Amino acid sequence: MTFIFPLAMAIALINGAAAAEPAPATPDCDVSESLIASEIDLTRVTNEIKDRHRLDISVVGSGSSALPGPDGTRFAYPARLEAVLRDRLPGNEIKVTAHVQLRQTTAEMAAEMPAILAQDKPALVIWQAGTVDALRGIEPEEFRTSLETGIDAIGAANADAIMMNMQYSPRTESMLGVEAYADVMHWLAQQRSVVLFDRLAIMRSWTDSGTFDLYAATKDYAMARRVHECIGRALASQIINAAHLDAGNMQTTR
Amino acid sequence: MATAPPPLAASSERDLRLDLFRGLALWLIFLDHIPQNIVSWLTIRNYGFSDATEIFIFISGYTGAFVYGRTMRERGFVLSSARILRRAWQIYVAHIFLFTIFMAEIAYVAATFDNPLYAEEMKILDFLKQPDITIFQALLLKFKPVNMDVLPLYIILLLLFPPMLYVLLWRPNLALAGSALLYALVWKLDFNLPAYPNGVWFFNPFAWQLLFVFGAWCALGGAQRLGEVLRSRIVLAVAIAYLVFAFAVTLTWHFESLERFVPTWLADWMYPIDKTNLDVLRFAHFLALAAVAIYFVPSNWPGLKSPILQPAISCGQHSLEIFCLGVFLAFAGQFIIVESSGGPLLQAAISLLGILIMIATAKLISWYKAIEGRGAPARVKPRDADLAGGEA
Repeated sequence: MTFIFPLAMAIALINGAAAAEPAPATPDCDVSESLIASEIDLTRVTNEIKDRHRLDISVVGSGSSALPGPDGTRFAYPARLEAVLRDRLPGNEIKVTAHVQLRQTTAEMAAEMPAILAQDKPALVIWQAGTVDALRGIEPEEFRTSLETGIDAIGAANADAIMMNMQYSPRTESMLGVEAYADVMHWLAQQRSVVLFDRLAIMRSWTDSGTFDLYAATKDYAMARRVHECIGRALASQIINAAHLDAGNMQTTR
Repeated sequence: MATAPPPLAASSERDLRLDLFRGLALWLIFLDHIPQNIVSWLTIRNYGFSDATEIFIFISGYTGAFVYGRTMRERGFVLSSARILRRAWQIYVAHIFLFTIFMAEIAYVAATFDNPLYAEEMKILDFLKQPDITIFQALLLKFKPVNMDVLPLYIILLLLFPPMLYVLLWRPNLALAGSALLYALVWKLDFNLPAYPNGVWFFNPFAWQLLFVFGAWCALGGAQRLGEVLRSRIVLAVAIAYLVFAFAVTLTWHFESLERFVPTWLADWMYPIDKTNLDVLRFAHFLALAAVAIYFVPSNWPGLKSPILQPAISCGQHSLEIFCLGVFLAFAGQFIIVESSGGPLLQAAISLLGILIMIATAKLISWYKAIEGRGAPARVKPRDADLAGGEA
């Protein structure tokens, strides 16, 4: 991981003064390729872009898919993902619909999944799960069954899926045990050939490289927004990698 | 009592290997309990299926049978049971003491932590809003904070130990078979103790009792009966082969590029490796480790007397105190790391300092016990058996 730091520094220097205002466009949060590489293809996404020049994405998640405050939705990663994808896939209609409900367990989200699929008819579902289950002490086995139910529903609707695991939260790490749930997701992703967006490892790498001080305890909205911006970017990169959309002029990472 | 009690373990002299490995296990548990600790890369859980918990529970069963087995044979069921239950009570008190420290830490974090990025994770602090329920559930051992699952397991195992020990002394193989049957039933019927607010115990006592009873069985003559087997080179080769296999599999967890070398059929059969119910892969891994350790470290190994290993041995001899201290030090260490956004260097320093504090405390406890023992020289002997065992 150590090589990320000089790299991030170099990029930060190049972009130097550019970093400023509202939609925090600080691209100093590059993620190592191995963290967003994928051996699994998002074929439905590839075909949608190729044939129809559009991409409908549904994000299903709990509190950590949102930011608090009146502007929260605008700066949270689902909205940022939409913006970044529009930017990186010009000429395509991109729509990201977020179904975020605080305190929702994975079982509850799995139960909602068919309705969401029927309503949005997405080509891709990004499913963020695990934190609420860890908070409530849901049995990892039950958590796994719920994930499988949801993944089956997504497959039945002929959509691609990306599972997203928890945030790396060093301050609550000794109180909230997320590892068991992260392991379930990791294992299930392999077993069922589902793409995993390893938010836990990505955010950890940002801590290791000094990109973000995730230990910070204060009410720092600016940093929270930058983190979501960077999650949106990393997620967009992973989608583009896994759907092989990086051919030709789409490759330009801005 | 049984009419013809079977012979106790070979010698009545304590096997220093137990203290050594338990001491090392206590250090490893401490290192593993500091999240993201750079030094915890050294600990065995990164190199195989089982971890220090298995070692700790097995040795606790072994020493428990060693110490209380003698009491039960010499002074009867009632007296030995009374002492076992007193020990369980001490552990319960220690657990509640640790819980108090945990509450203090949580309360502090709740008062200072307000990062909007973690609005969701902060919900873990909500239980402070209902201290009546939380504390009551903790007293019932149903609410157990992260990393505070081992002592409750130990308490339940000790509560069940008097009848278990009775059968072990009477018909050791029958007791072991009964224990294995209970373990098998857990896997068949999937039962466990309930936890609060949801779910079940992280360490299912009905599964983990197998290690404890197996340890006790070994202490009561089983180890000698296995002696032949353990000295065989074939067993050694199988054990080493299994350890290598486990190591290879573990490597694929840490390097994602290696994951594709695990064939799907193997992954389907093997995963998830269940810690709660003591997966048989974990149990086998512990057995393999133990077989290798016993082969290369015989009980008369001169190294056991060397001053280099004394710190670990002395920690292993006061396991309850040092275990609790380790949990506390892990809390405190994590707290310092978080408050100072500490990097690898600080983590290494805290890990080292923590182990030094554990060693110093173990020495201090030995000193206390020595000065207390001096006052009553006539009773030194029976007491010694206790102390050497750390009572279990």
